[in-house]
Amino acid sequence: MAMQAYQQKAAGLAADLRSRYAVFMANSHLTGGQKLAVHYFTAAVVLFMAQLLFGLLAGLQFIWPGFLYEILDFNVNRMVHINAMVVWMLYGFIGSVYWFLEDESGVPVVGLKWGQLAFWVLTGAVAVVVLVYLLVQVGSGNDTSLWFINEGREYIEAPRWADIGIVAVMLVFFYNVAATFAQGKWSGIAGVLTLDLVALAGLYLAGMFYATNISVDQYWWWWVIHLWVEATWEVLVGCIMAWSLMKLLGVRRQIVQTWLYIEVALMFGSGILGLGHHYFWIGTPEYWFTIGGFFSALEPIPLVAMVVHSIYDSGVHNFKNSNHPALAWIIAHTFGNFLGAGVWGFMHTLPQINLYTHGTQWSASHGHLAFFGAYATINIAFFYLAVQQARGNCWMGGGLADGWRWKSALALLNLGVMGMTVALLIAGYEQSFIERAVEGSTWTAYFDAQNHPWFVQAMVWRVIFGLMTIAGGGLLFWDLLAIGKTETRKAAVINLA
Amino acid sequence: MNEPIPFWASEAFWKKTAIWVTSGSFVLLILLTFDSLAKISAGGSRVPAYSVINKDISYRFDKQLQRYQPVVLGDAPLFGKMLNEAEAEQLVTLGKKTTQAKNCMNCHTLLGNGAYYAPDLTKAWLDQAWGGAGHETAMVQFLLDPEKYARTYGSNRKMPNLGITEEEARGVVAFLKWMSAIDTNGFPHNFKAIGAEEE
Ligand code: HEM
Ligand code: HEM
Ligand SMILES: [Fe+2]
Repeated sequence: MAMQAYQQKAAGLAADLRSRYAVFMANSHLTGGQKLAVHYFTAAVVLFMAQLLFGLLAGLQFIWPGFLYEILDFNVNRMVHINAMVVWMLYGFIGSVYWFLEDESGVPVVGLKWGQLAFWVLTGAVAVVVLVYLLVQVGSGNDTSLWFINEGREYIEAPRWADIGIVAVMLVFFYNVAATFAQGKWSGIAGVLTLDLVALAGLYLAGMFYATNISVDQYWWWWVIHLWVEATWEVLVGCIMAWSLMKLLGVRRQIVQTWLYIEVALMFGSGILGLGHHYFWIGTPEYWFTIGGFFSALEPIPLVAMVVHSIYDSGVHNFKNSNHPALAWIIAHTFGNFLGAGVWGFMHTLPQINLYTHGTQWSASHGHLAFFGAYATINIAFFYLAVQQARGNCWMGGGLADGWRWKSALALLNLGVMGMTVALLIAGYEQSFIERAVEGSTWTAYFDAQNHPWFVQAMVWRVIFGLMTIAGGGLLFWDLLAIGKTETRKAAVINLA
Repeated sequence: MNEPIPFWASEAFWKKTAIWVTSGSFVLLILLTFDSLAKISAGGSRVPAYSVINKDISYRFDKQLQRYQPVVLGDAPLFGKMLNEAEAEQLVTLGKKTTQAKNCMNCHTLLGNGAYYAPDLTKAWLDQAWGGAGHETAMVQFLLDPEKYARTYGSNRKMPNLGITEEEARGVVAFLKWMSAIDTNGFPHNFKAIGAEEE
């Protein structure tokens, strides 16, 4: 009896989902590419919420080490936390590209059917990987584990079978992009984007083999991690920003494209050899002190340039724009990128400092502000552009119904992450001084630093600000579902100069 | 807006600059990569051969370089058994794969990279916490039942039982011993190794 009731309920839910999905697929406000983009955005937002949840679990374990001990250990929660982050951000980027591909090229997406298939394949694979992380967790010390459970390398833990699937999906994505531009028209943005995607996907290959020699292992591992976030992702975001500034503010193409080339020159010119700031202590030769220190110290320059560029453009156009939440998140992006990557990164990038801060909470402080400030923000801006269009290009300017919601989400998320960053910074200073400088990095030194009241307090504050972040995340989720639904006004028309 | 755009502000100029700067940096990185990979192959001067696990290893302050350096001393076979290069590599490989399959890096750092919930493992082999000579057995014992042998130093943080087998544990210890002999340019600084107390 009860079983039957459940079955009925499930069938009802499934039917409801199917009909909602059919309504969505019939949405006349969205092109084919934009519908695919919304698929990616939806999955991205769900993974973002998962990221926050598992971050909280890991954060709580610093305070109560017994919490979920041997059920969901710290390493499992942390792995899901950072993997969900990498995946949702990539989903957001892919979605953003599908979003503007047709607008930029002037033709419908070539091979859209394959792109749709690739989305479902990728999402299925992600679900399986996460389930294995949570249910199987670890394996024996052999290749089978690395192929099917977990590769055990931070950020790119996905087992090898999934790596191969990811590459296949990236090839389909790349085909969609390149073929569509080829059929339509090329532009400066299109050219930079296409080459950047080749580099981004190619770099992933550097993380797909096993090495016993841990120096060699970490040498290539950093190619993926660093050359993603400090080179190819930054340029990808530059392309996305260039397009958005034209759309949102009506900035002239020639201006954004010139800026885009300047950013590429500065970002790649500093970021590629800046890779050396990860080669100080992993066994690699001493010349990386000079090369890594010098070039990575230049990395903040393009980030400053981006702030100048976007604020200047916004000012020139009197901040007149058709989508207030999106512009607010874009401004959060430029500042967040500058602060998190530029300032926080610079502070520990010289070897003389990094000797003491390397692998402490200092890195975690920087990691949080940089990933959030540079990449979470810009994706959220795009989610807002997408919901606006999906809801019939509705009004998203001043006096928006329930405008408090997006504003509170914006405030809570930014303050929450900033608060966590500062708490971790304090912990990082304490750890660098006590564990590293004074006591010399032994196990006793490590725990002396971890048990110090300043460290313990910082961990409590991190969770408090983490809860604030989660509250912001929840509001954002709600707002994306609801914003503009009751609006009858059309979006403000921006004068395209 | 009728004035001509100076060349240094033109799209074409920056496009060319972007292409040249990017390819130049990339070519340099490739060249440096060849050099670095040659210098960090196992058995070179910076990364020791796997058979270094047959030796006594320490970590000492080098007055000339003004930093700590690993030093390889006399014979001290791991688990009392001399291994040839192939056997040593096999054991270290088992250990390395175990550290990956057990996801050590999401609690610990290795060479300073990873997570910050548990101590750095770069010089774990040399940590005075393990006591004196023959401490490999203490390490194996710990890895087999970390809950039972946990010390936590008052933090209450305990390593979970990861189902490591005895064979795997020996591999992990071999891997840690080998890693402790890598020349990491003085990281970690000021670390007092087992047996280096007198310095
Ligand atoms: C948006 C761009 C950036 C992101 C997302 C980012 C993120 C991260 C993350 C997550 C880590 C920790 C890696 C680990 O888990 O071991 C890290 C390390 C580091 N980052 Fe960044 N970063 C960015 C830009 C920069 C910039 C521009 C600089 C320098 C100016 C920089 C300097 C460093 C340094 C020196 C480390 C090594 C920390 C250590 O030794 O432990 N980062 N970054
Ligand atoms: C609810 C809010 C969050 C909490 C409580 C939280 C907690 C944590 C914890 C406990 C770790 C492990 C640090 C360690 O190994 O000691 C971590 C790592 C990390 N988290 Fe979060 N997190 C939160 C939100 C975020 C957000 C919003 C981002 C970025 C968008 C982020 C990015 C990262 C990164 C990049 C790392 C790895 C850092 C490194 O290895 O240096 N987290 N987080
Ligand atoms: Fe980096």
